[in-house]
Amino acid sequence: MTKLTGLTIAQAREGLKNKEFSAVELATEYNAAVEAARPLNAFITETPEKALEMAKASDDRIAKGEAGIMEGIPLGIKDLFCTEDVLTTAASHILDGFKPQYESTVTTNLWKSGATMLGKLNLDQFAMGSANITSFYGDVINPWKREGDNTDLVPGGSSGGSSAAVAAHAVAAATGTDTGGSIRQPAALTGTVGIKPTYGRCSRWGIVAFASSLDQAGPMTRDVRDASIMLEAMAGYDPKDATSVNVPVPNYEASLENGVKGLRIGIPKEYRVDGMPAEIEKLWQQGIEWLKAAGAEIVDVSLPHTKYALPAYYIVAPAEASSNLSRYDGVRYGLRVCDEGDSLDDMYEKTRAAGFGDEVKRRVMIGAYVLSAGYYDAYYLKAQKVRTRIAEDFNNAWKSCDVLLTPSTPSAAFAKGENSDPLSMYLNDVFTVTANLAGLPGISVPAGLDSNGLPLGLQLVGKPFDEETVLRTAFALEQAAGFEAKPQFMAG
Amino acid sequence: MSLDKNTVAKIAKLARIRVPEEELEPLAGELNTIIGFVEQLGEVDTDGVEPMTSAIEHEMFQRDDVVSDGGYPDRVLANSEHANMGFFTVPKVVE
Amino acid sequence: MTYMIKGNTGDWEVVMGLEIHAQVSSNAKLFSGAATTFGADPNEQVSLVDAAMPGMLPVVNKECVRQGVRTGLAMGCEINLKSVFARKNYFYADLPQGYQISQFEEPIVKRGKVTIDLEDGSTKEIGVERLHLEQDAGKSIHDQHPTQSYIDLNRSGVCLMEIVSDPDMRSPEEAAAYVSKIRSIVRCIGSCDGNMAEGSMRADVNVSVRKPGDEYGTRCEIKNLNSLRFMKQAIEFEAKRQVQILEEGGSIDQETRLFDTAKGITRSMRSKEDAHDYRYFPDPDLLPVILEQAWVDELAADLPELPDVKKNRFISDFGLPAYDAGVLTAETENSAYYEQAVDAGGDPKLTANWVISELFGRLNKADMSITDSPVTPENLGQLVGLIKDDTISGKIAKDVFDDMFSTGKMAKDIVEEKGLKQITDTGAIEAIIDDLIANNPGQVEQYRGGNEKLIGWFVGQTMKASQGKANPGVVNKILKEKLAG
Ligand SMILES: [Mg+2]
Ligand SMILES: [Zn+2]
Repeated sequence: MTKLTGLTIAQAREGLKNKEFSAVELATEYNAAVEAARPLNAFITETPEKALEMAKASDDRIAKGEAGIMEGIPLGIKDLFCTEDVLTTAASHILDGFKPQYESTVTTNLWKSGATMLGKLNLDQFAMGSANITSFYGDVINPWKREGDNTDLVPGGSSGGSSAAVAAHAVAAATGTDTGGSIRQPAALTGTVGIKPTYGRCSRWGIVAFASSLDQAGPMTRDVRDASIMLEAMAGYDPKDATSVNVPVPNYEASLENGVKGLRIGIPKEYRVDGMPAEIEKLWQQGIEWLKAAGAEIVDVSLPHTKYALPAYYIVAPAEASSNLSRYDGVRYGLRVCDEGDSLDDMYEKTRAAGFGDEVKRRVMIGAYVLSAGYYDAYYLKAQKVRTRIAEDFNNAWKSCDVLLTPSTPSAAFAKGENSDPLSMYLNDVFTVTANLAGLPGISVPAGLDSNGLPLGLQLVGKPFDEETVLRTAFALEQAAGFEAKPQFMAG
Repeated sequence: MSLDKNTVAKIAKLARIRVPEEELEPLAGELNTIIGFVEQLGEVDTDGVEPMTSAIEHEMFQRDDVVSDGGYPDRVLANSEHANMGFFTVPKVVE
Repeated sequence: MTYMIKGNTGDWEVVMGLEIHAQVSSNAKLFSGAATTFGADPNEQVSLVDAAMPGMLPVVNKECVRQGVRTGLAMGCEINLKSVFARKNYFYADLPQGYQISQFEEPIVKRGKVTIDLEDGSTKEIGVERLHLEQDAGKSIHDQHPTQSYIDLNRSGVCLMEIVSDPDMRSPEEAAAYVSKIRSIVRCIGSCDGNMAEGSMRADVNVSVRKPGDEYGTRCEIKNLNSLRFMKQAIEFEAKRQVQILEEGGSIDQETRLFDTAKGITRSMRSKEDAHDYRYFPDPDLLPVILEQAWVDELAADLPELPDVKKNRFISDFGLPAYDAGVLTAETENSAYYEQAVDAGGDPKLTANWVISELFGRLNKADMSITDSPVTPENLGQLVGLIKDDTISGKIAKDVFDDMFSTGKMAKDIVEEKGLKQITDTGAIEAIIDDLIANNPGQVEQYRGGNEKLIGWFVGQTMKASQGKANPGVVNKILKEKLAG
């Protein structure tokens, strides 16, 4: 019998339905995989007992014929989602010991659909980073290595624990969050699928906020079908989130195989950036050919303000973050650093100095600066206007195409230290960040390997609330690419 | 525009993050790199452009005026190691 | 007369603008479903949103929006059909989010004016710059522990309307009258209970001084005044303090000050010393509040009769002096009482006198509110009716009223039981007077000899003999006839 951890969500669901194995058996194998994955440092908290307990309940529901769409599927949860009575850290020191008295809406939805929890996954601290090297709980290691080279590589970020765990089969799938590319970029760097839905599609309630107007949760999975199933389970209107949008959630899986015949695929010329590796360029061209061969129409489009997306993002996101992170003050939860005789301000300053990592501090300070008196108009207001321009670019593009095809990242996975000064690190998100600024759905699909044998991804970006077309196109791309490679390190 | 050491000290104070004196200068350097990067936005013509504060244009849901939450001080205080007599506590504030 | 501070260098004018914080009468908080009632145990009325737990999000309460709009309409303001919630960022022990959700560039209400009533019966218009909705902070308690402050978040997130005036006030009296008028308006429409003692309404006063005709001086903001008496004291102290500094050649630091009620002085607030940079920006957790003009029009049409309109009606329909009309319409309960009493007894002017001088006086002394008055409006109306139709005299009426107040009995019953009806029967009065003339020949002679002042003595004697019940008009008339001989 094949390993249960080798099954996709769709396959495992089938096996559970046909009583080939039980949810408890599945969870047991995954618990072992979680343990085996420890060298990757993908988990901050493992919850094996909880996994078994939930699996038992799943088996009961399956027996009663009440199985949900994710019944018995063991997941890893990015440690940015608040989970009731389970340590939730945002990979920071400042949330030491924090056990939420509540469960995020997205995880609640997943549990309602029958999914089970294996543990909480590592990430860049407060989701700020693109390599998972800013976590208080240590770096996450990519299960992929360059051929003939044993150097540890980064799994991307901020959802690096999620991407590494999914790639190494330590979990059937994982949740991620994406503020500037934090689902799609790590997916691309680990040969997995990650979709950031339309802003407002998944509730943000109970997810530790980074940048409120950009943050979206989404699934990270082994293939496009699994992403469709899991997105349907996660998504939905939530009256507790004023930015959640009340539109029906379709059955994404149902339309996956409808093909792309007649679909207009936009190719934005501005994504052909200076210094882009030839391999990426080649892969992009390959993607175009694949979709053309599948019957899609290829259209050249222009998104003239693309180049300004990253600088706009590095104003908007830190500004919102500087305010969102003010609540970590040592008063009501988490770390408090306070010496005898300290004033309230001493306590704030010491707690936040000790509790935040360097990257978080940098961004909080940049954010405070761009909002401060005399600079607001030049930076924050300007960035919000540029954001309008970027959104207009997309609206114009939708007049001539249905979905956009671009590379996911400007490079394959790299080693820590190879391009890790803050600014070059920011450039990792150059292709993904536009979708966040405009609130659009975007997916990364593994499409090939680079000359070092490392996975590369292609990105599809769609119209607001048109995840259906994005997933359907991604499925066609996946079929054509036939990406079968596996990382050197497998946990399950 | 560029940030000097004093500005960094001021921002650190505003953000309530203690930065040791000797780290102000290198931090100013790092922040300036980022500020320098974002300054290219100045090239974009945004005359008459409305700022985009949200990616969605839906009408905001408004809740009904009913008491549906609260009444659980134990849950509110559950994560505080410094609560006393039902209150959070902080170093004494002089007003 | 203009209020001035007398200095060594001449008169100084005091300029004041007010920021009133009025708590919206809502069941739940502005952005959470936690309760707002006063006096709960610490942290009892706190949701996870109010405690700023990670990942918690605000959802606006529609009643708070509605009351904000109604209040704006009642102050004759413009309503912004699109308004925006913004974050005001600062760190403080009672501010769990590290920011207050407020409104900055686009408040829900802008530009209006209210008319204040001054003691001399005159009125003055005060400009209202804006009204915005915002969250209240929690409460810090400093006297429970030697080295710690205790934080209770029950108030955290309660909806406040911040009403900002123009710097149009020139005396402590005007400032107090402005607060009274705002209080009277919000209570009339039910958007705030106006309870200053419980903190439902409090005022920050910006005070500056200048020589008449000069530019505005530098202002200081006195925070959180929650009684009119303290407010007047604080303004007076602060104005004098500023005059003294300026006359000594100094300058005023723009700062936030606190009124020390025990010492009667204002002092700089140490906790607010460093210059703030609030880094306002639109709250990305919320979308703009968009209102329909038709809905606003509906709210406007449904407003109850406002104090000023009522006051003018009382003046024109009831012929009341402006001051009386102002007093009676300051509180909805008072005007309602008054109108019911008029309905029951007629004579609006007489009723106004009885309500203002007798009833208010007694209620005040007994520390009771008009809604607990033992004398119902119908009963007071009845009493006025009895005076009006000469059943009792005004003097007897005061005794009857005392009785009504302590027993709650109806005026007619008391008059009946105690036999207090006026004697208007001329026969009975004539008998008393005949007796009086017969028994006092000396006085009669003096009167007839030209000492007409003695008539008073005869009246007094007659009233005494009738135990006060004789109708004074009838007594006078008969005495004059009989004494004339
Ligand atoms: Mg104010
Ligand atoms: Zn205020």
